[in-house]
Amino acid sequence: MHYTVCKELNSVILSVSSQINFVCLISRQGKVRLTKWYSTYSQKERSKAIRELSGVILSRGPKLCNFVDWKGHKVVYKRYASLYFCICIDEEDNELEALEVIHHFVEILDRYFGSVCELDLIFNFHKAYYILDELLIAGELQESSKRTIAKLISAQDNLVEVAKEEASSLSNIIAQATK
Amino acid sequence: MNPFSSGTRLRDMIRAIRACKTAAEERAVVRKECAAIRAAINENDQDYRHRNLAKLMFIHMLGYPTHFGQMECLKLIASPGFPEKRIGYLGLMLLLDERQEVLMLVTNSVKQDLNHTNQYIVGLALCALGNICSAEMARDLAPEVERLLQFRDPNIRKKAALCSIRIIKKVPDLAENFINPVAALLKEKHHGVLITGVQLCTDLCKVSPEALEYFRKKCTDGLVRTLRDLVNSPYAPEYDIAGITDPFLHIRLLKLLRVLGRGDADASDSMNDILAQVATKTESNKNAGNAILYECVETIMSIEDNGGLRVLAINILGRFLSNRDNNIRYVALNMLMRAITVDAQAVQRHRATILECVKDSDASIRKRALELVYLLVNESNVKPLTKELVDYLEVSDQDFKGDLTAKVCSIIEKFSPEKSWYIDQMLKVLTEAGNFVKDEVWHALVVVISNASDLHGYTVRALFRALQTTAEQESLVRVAVWCIGEYGDLLVSNAGMLNVEDPITVTESDAVDIVESAIKRHASDLTTKSMALIALLKLSSRFPSCSRRIKDIVVQHKGSLVLELQQRSLEFNSIIEKHQNIRSALVERMPVLDEATFGGRRASSLPNTVSTSSGTAVKLPNGVAKPSAAPLVDLLDLSDDVPAPSSSGGDFLQDLLGVNLPPATQSEGTNQTPKAGTDVLLDLLSIGSTPAQDNNLSTPDILSSGQDNKPIIASLDVLAAPSNMMDLLDGLGPAPPKPAENGPAYPSIVAFESSSLRLTFNFSKQPGNPQTTMISGSFTNLSSNLFTDFVFQAAVPKFLQLHLDPASGNSLPASGNGTITQSLKVTNSQHGKKPLVMRLRIAYKVDGKDVLEEGQINNFPRDL
Repeated sequence: MHYTVCKELNSVILSVSSQINFVCLISRQGKVRLTKWYSTYSQKERSKAIRELSGVILSRGPKLCNFVDWKGHKVVYKRYASLYFCICIDEEDNELEALEVIHHFVEILDRYFGSVCELDLIFNFHKAYYILDELLIAGELQESSKRTIAKLISAQDNLVEVAKEEASSLSNIIAQATK
Repeated sequence: MNPFSSGTRLRDMIRAIRACKTAAEERAVVRKECAAIRAAINENDQDYRHRNLAKLMFIHMLGYPTHFGQMECLKLIASPGFPEKRIGYLGLMLLLDERQEVLMLVTNSVKQDLNHTNQYIVGLALCALGNICSAEMARDLAPEVERLLQFRDPNIRKKAALCSIRIIKKVPDLAENFINPVAALLKEKHHGVLITGVQLCTDLCKVSPEALEYFRKKCTDGLVRTLRDLVNSPYAPEYDIAGITDPFLHIRLLKLLRVLGRGDADASDSMNDILAQVATKTESNKNAGNAILYECVETIMSIEDNGGLRVLAINILGRFLSNRDNNIRYVALNMLMRAITVDAQAVQRHRATILECVKDSDASIRKRALELVYLLVNESNVKPLTKELVDYLEVSDQDFKGDLTAKVCSIIEKFSPEKSWYIDQMLKVLTEAGNFVKDEVWHALVVVISNASDLHGYTVRALFRALQTTAEQESLVRVAVWCIGEYGDLLVSNAGMLNVEDPITVTESDAVDIVESAIKRHASDLTTKSMALIALLKLSSRFPSCSRRIKDIVVQHKGSLVLELQQRSLEFNSIIEKHQNIRSALVERMPVLDEATFGGRRASSLPNTVSTSSGTAVKLPNGVAKPSAAPLVDLLDLSDDVPAPSSSGGDFLQDLLGVNLPPATQSEGTNQTPKAGTDVLLDLLSIGSTPAQDNNLSTPDILSSGQDNKPIIASLDVLAAPSNMMDLLDGLGPAPPKPAENGPAYPSIVAFESSSLRLTFNFSKQPGNPQTTMISGSFTNLSSNLFTDFVFQAAVPKFLQLHLDPASGNSLPASGNGTITQSLKVTNSQHGKKPLVMRLRIAYKVDGKDVLEEGQINNFPRDL
């Protein structure tokens, strides 16, 4: 006997799984601090996933294991201070490695912000995304060296600073010329 | 930027939102900001475009709609500066996904950026492409990405490698273009490039057999060397985690070796030494080391057999299992589940520990352990394992009981060595967790009890005892009530006493008491109460002394607000009062229920029970093979398989006892459970054949007038003048429903045909429901090989709703010597406006090789 599966067009037959399906950061109050989707989820599926997961994960006790089964996938989570870092991986992926990936990300954030806290990630959420983009692409790990990632991020931050300075000096010149 | 800018800064907006005390306040702030951003977009404001987009991203994260900002991302990406592009690409990845058509508009900008002179801009474009590109974009931009695999800066090469993974997953045809450039990446020293290159290589092997063959030949030795160098490398602070150099690279290399070694003895052989070294030398006191060991064990289990290595791997799992860390125990259970197919004996050794894990306080571990225990059960250990699980049922968490009960029941049914054990265990489960027992399970129990004639007395006494101690479990009550109704005389007479039993004294009125309490119980539902009424009717004949009292109980329900109970009690009352002469014949003990028929029907209504194709095509007593997956016939057969116990009066009384539960209005196939429920109820109650009633269920239009408006008086009239009713039944019963009554006929189509397979569709409609089409598909094998593991999947666009019934089987004999049938139900919400359309995928195995066929059906008859 076999299962028969019917799903909506485009969502299953055409979608492909990647190693990490999504990453999300949820605060202890259940507020979303960062989400990144590597597999295709509609807006509805996204908010549903976050809602369900925060319900499950936030209610788990401190001594339990860091994995929960969720819709044929596994969600690996780890709590750092007030934030839960969650990674959704496929059934056959290495959960222990996913924990290392989380820790890797946290260490890079820590180095960048200087002992990172939730507020840093709220006000500089875009920077957290930039860092994540240097760590993961297409749901796969990109770089295992924290130093390399830090170097790449600061090089790009510099580019932005230079552009800002140019723009402000330009507007000063214009302002002086039109005085 | 302009120092005299208006509007709030990003930081101020975030502060304002955080300061909100209520959701309404927050909505107001967001609304105001969104209005300002929209205005800025309309004015085509350039200076604040990137700030506005950053705000929109924050608003998006809070869950508000931000689609109006999508075009802003495109504009920012198209602008020349790095800061604008950086935020633009971030917005693109956050606000859009691959399904939005806006995404196509960005293809050109991405292409330009991939060729940009600034490598950071190239990096941004690669990252965005890798995260959200669609199949079309993948096709358009693959040459650019392929070229970037050789870019001078390693940081671009690694991004290009991961981007290629997305591309080949979206468009597997492109895989071969990447084989050569990837082989070069595997020789690199830069860890980032190596990690991503190995990952890309693994994914290439998954989508392309040629790639697998190529890498296996050319790269296995090189990869083994790389791993050996890594394992033996001196301390490298940049990559060190817990004393191990780059565990991420370790894991990826092991994963790729697994893919290369699987199914190839030579390749497996060449990696044995290094796997043994990793398995023995890796420190297991930190998570990183355990992650590597875990991956290594999986690789050892997957590649071709090497006895010594396997022992090593199983020992590592044994160590994991006794670890105090929950994470490690979880992964151990997980891996043992996969190891069981390789070495079941070795896993059995850890049975006791695994059983302990079923009782863990951690739900994730419990769930894994239970699944594993389920796989470990066999004929020799079923008794002790079941005892442990049933004992645990008593103390387990409420939210775990459902899972646990289902598994325990499944184990008991699958492995029961003898009937008495089966009945004993099921009674224990019913007593502990009857509310979690599924309908099919207790139906099966009733069938088994009915077949075990030497255990009738024992069972009914045990149930009586159980019901005396607890009446909280619905399905326990039902089974008990049914048995007391059937075998009440054995309960009182203590007949068929087994050695193990303690004698009990039950008077006739005790038996009636307990059934009465079931009917009076507040929590009992309609099914339970109906069953209790029938049991009472039966007892009224078995225990003449209680007849008077039973009549009083029955009469109390004449005023019931539930039509079913009201009708039943009126009818039963009339039997007790007016039809003394036929009563005893009428309420004789049920004939033995046919196990095979029940099993077959159950298999066809339960998609997840294992059965073969013969399971559904059960031979009926009259020798006609039942064509499966035809719901009408399925319904009719259940009336045939129960012979009439009594000839007198049976013809009209069948309707009397028949269950006219709501399913008459339900269409077939939408919901299997209620159908199964009524089936068995019909079986339990059936006296004589009831074709007319079955027509009720499947073709409601025939009897709809008679049924919906049938007042109680009418049925009493019928009682008085049975001939009327019989006429009515004669007219309707034997005549098979004509297709014409099922709405207009549609021509059959060949929905799909390939060189090896043909699928034809027959259509029918239910009258009064033009939107829904019942399709019966039949598959024919045109090749000369047997197809096994046959799976049919279908997908439809959103305006259609598709429901697939289970197929009649999963193997398809060669050369058209048999068919698989499967029924589908499609509801077209755009009926009359859009025709049906369907995409299908058919997977099966020929000689153990997977074959996949796909197609689209556009030739449905119009106006379906």
